[in-house]
Amino acid sequence: MELFTDYTLRNVTLGSMLLGAISGLLGCFAVLRRQALLGDAMSHAALPGIALAFLLTGQRDPFTLLLGAAIAALVAALWLLAIVRTSRIKDDAALALILAVFFGFGLVLLSYVQRQPTAAQAGLKSFLFGQAAALVERDLWAMLAIGGPALALIAIFWPQVKLISFDPDVARSLGLPVRRFEVLLTGVLVAAIVIGLQTVGVVLMSAMLIAPAVAARQWTNRLETMVLLAAGFGALAAFIGAWISAQGERLATGPVIVLAMSALTAISLLIAPERGLLWRRWRLMRQWQIGNGE
Amino acid sequence: MAFAVEIEDLTVAYGDKPALWDVDLRVPQGVLMAIVGPNGAGKTTLLKATLGLIKPAAGSVRIHGQPYEQQRRLVAYVPQRSSVDWDFPTTVLDVVMMGRYGQLGWLRRPGRAEREAALAALEQVQMADFAHRQIGQLSGGQQQRVFLARALAQNAEVYFMDEPFQGVDAVTERAIIHVLRKLRAAGKTVVVVHHDLQTVPEYFDQVALINVRRIAAGPVREVFTEANLRATYGGRVALLGANGSAGAVTTPTPAPGD
Repeated sequence: MELFTDYTLRNVTLGSMLLGAISGLLGCFAVLRRQALLGDAMSHAALPGIALAFLLTGQRDPFTLLLGAAIAALVAALWLLAIVRTSRIKDDAALALILAVFFGFGLVLLSYVQRQPTAAQAGLKSFLFGQAAALVERDLWAMLAIGGPALALIAIFWPQVKLISFDPDVARSLGLPVRRFEVLLTGVLVAAIVIGLQTVGVVLMSAMLIAPAVAARQWTNRLETMVLLAAGFGALAAFIGAWISAQGERLATGPVIVLAMSALTAISLLIAPERGLLWRRWRLMRQWQIGNGE
Repeated sequence: MAFAVEIEDLTVAYGDKPALWDVDLRVPQGVLMAIVGPNGAGKTTLLKATLGLIKPAAGSVRIHGQPYEQQRRLVAYVPQRSSVDWDFPTTVLDVVMMGRYGQLGWLRRPGRAEREAALAALEQVQMADFAHRQIGQLSGGQQQRVFLARALAQNAEVYFMDEPFQGVDAVTERAIIHVLRKLRAAGKTVVVVHHDLQTVPEYFDQVALINVRRIAAGPVREVFTEANLRATYGGRVALLGANGSAGAVTTPTPAPGD
């Protein structure tokens, strides 16, 4: 398959699959801890960070830009927390505010950057919707460098992370440093977001965090299986997306990946055993038939 | 008398509104104590502040004579059933094993010892057959018993339970009471936020009446009086008999199995 032999296509395919797997796995915790919207707000909030990092350094180095994105996302998360703690504004309203303010600021900065005379700013706009076709080997290493430690932390503290995701109050009563773990899990979420920005972009990134987790939840009742399945779904969607967009028409890879992931999720919601909508209806009908037959 | 729990001057405020004002409470070792009071009286807040889940504005908590922070291992907490997402992808056995995570240590995975402690705890609440069920498939009463089993797996000395009888079936209510009495027989101390005034004299040795402030606390026989209940509930006590005495106090039903 030329997806893996052609150098450019291989980077696009592998990079997208890496993104899909890492963000799918880490996104499970955002979904289970009911922070899916926080992921969305933080990915939008990354935009001004990218633009500012570029303005300050004048370079398009992926590490620099992603560091800017990560800092902006974290600032947004902390600001959000402060608003909820100190005012009467509810968290959903605060999320909407933060998202709009950061994203709007990001768009303003972006339009300013576009008018700069240097050539280096070219492509910065691709962070809006992502540009998988521009992935180079260096980007893959950046993804691994950010995602690897995040995954390792989750693996090392697996029992604690599991308990804190399920019941933070009891975790605290058992003496676990819950506050520190919440910071860790937020950091991990930021890492997942940052990894996807180049490929999928700030606008669609939350889909890659949330959809794999939702799809995976349909097929299993075990957290261990769920995170691995979510990683698998994310990678599969990325592979399908990269393949479709490589077929002649040259459709934008990031959005196609998101659509593929949405299709996988829709199928899971419909036909997964026990939880699927159609599956449940089918079982109900069978029970009804058996009941009538006797 | 040796005290299992000594709460002093506990004050909690949400914003500028006090939820709990200068509460003192002493729980002797080896008793079952109910905490009762109207909605919004701060019963749950009292538990959470005692366990450090809410930061109090003032006050101190001692467990078996030492500050709570040093005695966490002696304390088990059973939160309200509705405090977690029961669609979380995990099994009954897994949840009960979580009671052992405080003693697990870093970098260790739960193993056979944790498993056996969890199974023994499930046996005690008559839920051993459900060990491998997904928690979302349980009824409310079964969920409550799983939470109780998780606390039992901790093998603590002092148990704090938030509304364990809320909305459970009769089987579960009997199972919980059975467990509470076994804990008391083993010299453990149990503090229960309770909403059903009728069952207080039957189930509990001691009672604390709370309405932001501590109205009264002590042995049920001495403290669970009409005057105290009126002071706590502001004259809206439905269970009082027509003769003006607290009916539940004057006619304590002998508990089955006692």
